[in-house]
Amino acid sequence: MTLLLALHALVATLMLSALRRRPRLGASLGVAVLAITAVYSALAGTSGSPRGESWEWVPALGWGVHLRLDGFAVMMVLIVSVLGALVLAYAMSYFDLDRRFVRFAGIFVLFAGAMNGLVMSADLFTMFVFWEVTSVTSFLLIGLNDESPVARLAALRALLVTGAGGLCLLAGLSLFQISAGTTSFVALAANTPTGALIDAALVLVLIGAFTKSAQFPFHFWLPGAMAAPTPVSAYLHSATMVKAGIVLIARMAPIFGDREVWQWLIVGAGVITMMIGGTRALGQTDAKLLLAHSTVSQLGMLTILFGIGVPIATYAGVAHLLAHAIFKAGLFLGVGMVDHSFGSRDISVLSAVGRRMRLAMVMGGLAAASMAGIIPLFGFATKEKSLAALLKTPEYVGVVGSIALIGVVVGSMLTVGYSIRLFVGMYGTKPNATATELHHRPTFGLFIPVYVISLASLVFGLWPSGVGRLLDAPAASLDAKAAGELVLWPGFNVAFVLSVVIVVVGVVIARIVPMRLIVSRIRVTGESIFGVLYDGLLEFSRVATSRIQTGSLVAYVGVTMLVIAAAALAGVITGFDSTLLGDIVLFDTPTQLVIVGAMSVLALVVVFIEQRFVAALVIGGVGLGCAALFALHGAPDLALTQVLVETMTIVVFLLVLRHLPERFEPAPGWTPRVLRVGISVAVGGLVALFAALVSGARSGPSSGIEFAARSLPEAGGRNIVNVILVDFRGFDTFGEITVLAVTALGVANLVKMARREKSVTGDRP
Amino acid sequence: MMGRTSVVLDEADRWLFRVILVVSLFVLFKGHNAPGGGFAGGLIAGGAFVLRYLAGGALRLRRTLVFPPLAGIGVGLFVAGATAMVPTLLGDPALTSSITTLDVPVIGTIKVVSSSLFDIGVYLLVVGVVIQILLSLGSDPLEERR
Repeated sequence: MTLLLALHALVATLMLSALRRRPRLGASLGVAVLAITAVYSALAGTSGSPRGESWEWVPALGWGVHLRLDGFAVMMVLIVSVLGALVLAYAMSYFDLDRRFVRFAGIFVLFAGAMNGLVMSADLFTMFVFWEVTSVTSFLLIGLNDESPVARLAALRALLVTGAGGLCLLAGLSLFQISAGTTSFVALAANTPTGALIDAALVLVLIGAFTKSAQFPFHFWLPGAMAAPTPVSAYLHSATMVKAGIVLIARMAPIFGDREVWQWLIVGAGVITMMIGGTRALGQTDAKLLLAHSTVSQLGMLTILFGIGVPIATYAGVAHLLAHAIFKAGLFLGVGMVDHSFGSRDISVLSAVGRRMRLAMVMGGLAAASMAGIIPLFGFATKEKSLAALLKTPEYVGVVGSIALIGVVVGSMLTVGYSIRLFVGMYGTKPNATATELHHRPTFGLFIPVYVISLASLVFGLWPSGVGRLLDAPAASLDAKAAGELVLWPGFNVAFVLSVVIVVVGVVIARIVPMRLIVSRIRVTGESIFGVLYDGLLEFSRVATSRIQTGSLVAYVGVTMLVIAAAALAGVITGFDSTLLGDIVLFDTPTQLVIVGAMSVLALVVVFIEQRFVAALVIGGVGLGCAALFALHGAPDLALTQVLVETMTIVVFLLVLRHLPERFEPAPGWTPRVLRVGISVAVGGLVALFAALVSGARSGPSSGIEFAARSLPEAGGRNIVNVILVDFRGFDTFGEITVLAVTALGVANLVKMARREKSVTGDRP
Repeated sequence: MMGRTSVVLDEADRWLFRVILVVSLFVLFKGHNAPGGGFAGGLIAGGAFVLRYLAGGALRLRRTLVFPPLAGIGVGLFVAGATAMVPTLLGDPALTSSITTLDVPVIGTIKVVSSSLFDIGVYLLVVGVVIQILLSLGSDPLEERR
C-alpha cells in the first residue's frame, strides 16, 4: 500500500519533470497508476481480512504512518481511483495538451495519491498528514488558471479555510493523544475515552471535517472553487476533497456518535447546510455553480447519515456516498462536455442542446434522475434507504433524529427541484430562443467517460441487491452492526410515501415557484464574513507592524538591552547568594590585569569617539583583548576563532560604514543621553554580576570531564573543542551554520532589494 | 576610500592568496586533534578572499571565483546535513562517528573520521558566507561600470 502511494508521488514527479514534453504519455501513465491502485484495492477487498502496514516514526508519541485497507477504505480507494482514471482520461480531451495540462495532470495524480492515503489511514495522525497534502494540492488545482484573479482568490480562500480546519484537526488529535494515549481508530473504538477534554477534541475534529466537507458555516469556499476547470471540479466534488471530511466523520461516528455535543453539531450543521445548499442551487443559472451548491447540500445529507452514529444510517450513508460520487461526477463531466461543445453552461441561455446531442441528453437525464432519486436509478435506492434509516433513527437518538429526518426530507425536495431545473435548462428547448450554436461535436475521449459514469447510475439502480451486498463489508468495517440491503422496489411503506411526496413537491418547486423567490435575500454570507475577517487580520498586522517596527535603530537597541537587563536582574534577584561570590579570584597572572585594563580604557574611549570608523576599530581592539584573555586561560581554539571573527567583523564594518555619514549624530539632548547611559550601565553591571553568580553556582560535575574521557575513543579526536562542535554537539553546530546560511541569503536579498528600489524610484519615499 | 589600489596590498595578495588557502585547509584538517576546524579554517580562507577584495575590488574577487558563493553555502549545508543523517540510515543515532584507518602507500597510515566530512561542510559554508557578504555589501555598481 505504501508502495502504491509512493508510486503516485513518483509518477507525478516524473510527469512534472522528465515527461514534461510528453503530456499524453505522462497522463496515460497517471491513468495506469490509478487503474493499478483500483485493481489492487479490489483484490484486497475480495481477500477478506483487512491488510495493514505501519511505519514508525516517533513511536513514543504514536507518530508514524499507519495504513489499513478495510472494507470502507477499499470502497473509497475504488471511488477515488476509478473516477480519477476516468476524469484524467476525460481531461486529455478537454484540455489543450500544453504546459498547463502537464501541471494539472501531475498535481492531479499527486492529489489522488494523497486522497488514497487519507482514506486508508488507520489513525488520526496519518490522516492529518494526508489531509494537509490534499489541502495544498487542491489549492494548486483550484488555482490552475493562475492568470485569473478570481481563480487565485478562490484557491487562496479554499486553502485558508481548509488549512484552518487542518489546524483544528491537529489540535483535536493532539488532545486525543494526550488524554487517550492513542489516535488509532481501532484502539479508540476498543477503549473509548470520555470526559470534557474528549468533548473538546471532538469539537475540534468536527470543525476540521466541516471545513473540508464544506459544512455550514464553512460552506462558502466550495462554490468559489468553481473557478477551477471542470475536470478539477468534477473530481473534487464527486470523489475526493470534500469526501475527506465525510471519511473522517464516518470513522469517528461509530465511536463517539452517542455523545450529545457530537450529535447536535452533526445534525445542526448537516441540516442547515442542506437547506442553504439546496436553496442556493435553485437560484443558480450557471450549471457548474448549481452543481457546486448541490454538492454542498448533498454533503449535508452525508454528514447526517454518517455522523448520527446509528448502524442502519451508516449503511445508508455508505450507499449514498457511492451514489453521489457516481451521479455527481457524471453531471459535472456532462456539463463540461456541453460547455466544451456549445461554449456555454448558462442554463438560462442554452437552448435545444438535447436535440443536437440526444445521447448526451439521455445520459445527463440518467445522472440528474439519480440525483433527484427517481426510480429505477441508483440514487432512488440509496435515498429510499436513507429515509428508512432516518425514520428509525429517533428510536436511537430521540429528538435529534427527528430534526435530521425533517431536514433530509425538505432537503430532498429542494434536490428534486434543482435537478429538474438543471436538466430542463441544460438540454431543453426554450420557447422563444434561438438554438445554441454547436461549435464542435465532443470527441471520443470526452463522451466515453461521461457515458460510462452515467450508465453506472442506471446499472447499479437496476441491480441494487447485488450492489447492496457489496456494500456490507464497507459498512461493517465502520460499525460492526451496520448492515442492510438495497432494493429496487421497496413496496408501499412510509419511506416510499415520503419519497413520492418529495418528488411531487420537488416538481412543484421546480416548475411553479418563480426564481426571484428562491434567490436568497440574506446579505450576510460566508464569503462576506470571511472577507471581513481576512481584511481585518491584514489591517491589524499592518498597524501592529508599523507600531512595533518604527525603523529607529536606537529604539531597537534600547529595547533589546532593556530586556537583557531585566532578564539578568530577575536572575540576580531570585538567585542571589553572597556565598556564591566568596571564592572569586580577581586575576591569575598580572598579564591578565594589564589586558583587562587596556580593554577597559579602549571601551571607555569608544564612548567619546565621534567617527564611526575609528569607533569600529577600537571595538575591534576590545575584542582582540578578549582573544588574548582566552589564550592566556588555555583556550587556543576560542582565541583563534575570536581573532578571526574580529577581523571579519571589522571588514564588514568597513563595507557598511562606507554608506553611512562619517560621524555619529549628536545625541538630541540630555534626557536621552542620561537614559542611554543608564541603560548601558545597568546592562553592563547586571550581566557582570549575573555571570559571577552563575559561575559560582555549579551544582553538578562539569560535562567537560565526560567529554574529555569520551573524545578520543568515541569520536577519534584529541581536540575536545572540535569534537564537541562536530560530534557531541553536532546538532547545535548544524543549527548555527543554518543560521549563518540564512543570514548570508538575507544580506544578499536586502542589498539586492535596496538597489532595485534605488534604480526604480530614484530614492526611497 | 577604496578607489585607489595599493601596491603593498597587491603584492601581498599575489604572494599570499594561495598560501592562506593552503593554511586554511591545514587548519581545517588538523582541527580534529589540534586547535582549528571547519569554522576557523573557513574564516581563514575567507580572509584570503578579503585580501583579494581589498587589493583588487569586487571585480577581481568575482574573477577568482570558480563557483558562486551561494553554491558553497548550499553544498556545505548539504554535506553537513547528510553527514549527520547518514548514520540514521544504518540504524544508529544521527551524527554517530565512524572511524576508519586507511593504509596509503608512501604517506603511511591515515585515520579518517566521518565527522571530518561534517567539518568540511562547515568550512565550505563559512567560506561561502564570507564571499557572499563581501560581494553583497562590497560591490558598488558605479565602481564596476567604470
